[in-house]
Amino acid sequence: MHIEFSVNGERREVDLPPMTRLLDALREHLDLTGAKEGCGEGECGACSVILDGEVVCSCLVPVVQVAGASVRTVEGLARAGELDSIQASFLKHGAAQCGICTPGFLVAARDLLDRNPHPTPDQARDALAGNLCRCTGYQAIVDAVVHAEAVRE
Amino acid sequence: MSGPAPTYGGAVVTARDLPEALALRAQFPEAVVLAGGTDLMVMMEAGQLRPGRVLNLWGCAGLRTISEDGGHFGALATWTDVARHPAVHPALRECARTVGALQIQNRGTVGGNIVNASPAGDSLPLWLALDAVFEVASLRGARRIAAADFWVGYRRTALAPDELLTGVTVAPAGADAVLYRKVGTRLAQAISKVVVGARIRQVEGTVTEARIALGSVGPVPLRARRVEALLVERGLDPDAADAVVDDIAPIDDVRSTAVWRRQVAQRVLRRWLVEQRAFSARNARQ
Repeated sequence: MHIEFSVNGERREVDLPPMTRLLDALREHLDLTGAKEGCGEGECGACSVILDGEVVCSCLVPVVQVAGASVRTVEGLARAGELDSIQASFLKHGAAQCGICTPGFLVAARDLLDRNPHPTPDQARDALAGNLCRCTGYQAIVDAVVHAEAVRE
Repeated sequence: MSGPAPTYGGAVVTARDLPEALALRAQFPEAVVLAGGTDLMVMMEAGQLRPGRVLNLWGCAGLRTISEDGGHFGALATWTDVARHPAVHPALRECARTVGALQIQNRGTVGGNIVNASPAGDSLPLWLALDAVFEVASLRGARRIAAADFWVGYRRTALAPDELLTGVTVAPAGADAVLYRKVGTRLAQAISKVVVGARIRQVEGTVTEARIALGSVGPVPLRARRVEALLVERGLDPDAADAVVDDIAPIDDVRSTAVWRRQVAQRVLRRWLVEQRAFSARNARQ
């Protein structure tokens, strides 16, 4: 099936079986390997992308459902070589350790910050409840999200 | 955990609106219906489901609306749509926020949760408690099915093979006390061990109507009819909660045990009844 959609502002096309996971379309066919496969069943959030303005697990979205849609991946966060504020904040707060969960956290955090630039720690925890991290204990991630806009300002 | 999914070779037909969806449903009654994919994609990835054909409804935008008064839900309304709608009953909004996590709420739909008919489905007891009416349609016409008549067996619904769920209506709960309580291993991403939806109507201090429903405690979401009858008979008596152990039919499984589920169901209800009795007493004094 021929499917056209926008990825990080660019028009992309794939020819894939319609139930192919968006995750596989991105990683295997568009060479965007930022989104990671953790669990493959919507539990861990490592494959998070922003689809038409809402964060979703790309392992649960068949590519037939993204025809004409707009997808933002972790690769689309930095602009012109300059890190997004959430990326800079992750660096500053040491919020990444092994790194597998990091792209999903960055994308989910960006989704939150777009709606609420100054979240409380509880709001950050709530918005990131669908993302699992087995290294950091989460506190550094929450700190990075809560202070992300301060990094920019 | 897996690599790229094995390529699914079956056909997908996509509907853009309800008439198209009904025509495709009539043509392909054996097709598996795809809404937000949060259950279906997991089952397909696990190899538990290999449908010959998938009917994709996601593009039917007309089925995604929630009425301004918060009382009518298109089947494709997502849990985020429900949670964000200011006029939707607070218990339903709370329920919406317990479905998976944000990534799931952004994709999972009201209709998907209802038709998937998992005994642990997060919203199902609440629809029972709110006396929801499910609207279903086929090329033959439309009909309405009470929530109490919809789940007819383990993962089986009253839908005919050519029918689709199109929407849900709930009557205004007014001043009724409404409970939604999901008990799981943690707040996010947990499948419930026990899930409770309940509603009590009082008129001048007398209980006139009680709806107590529970999930994950039987093959289908169940009404606790003994508890309901006791509440109408005796008023807000917390001891009525004890009867729930005979109303439900839990099993031991990977998430919990039958004994634990009976205890938790009884305690969730008892605690709520204690609160409601205190609340009623305060109101009566004022």
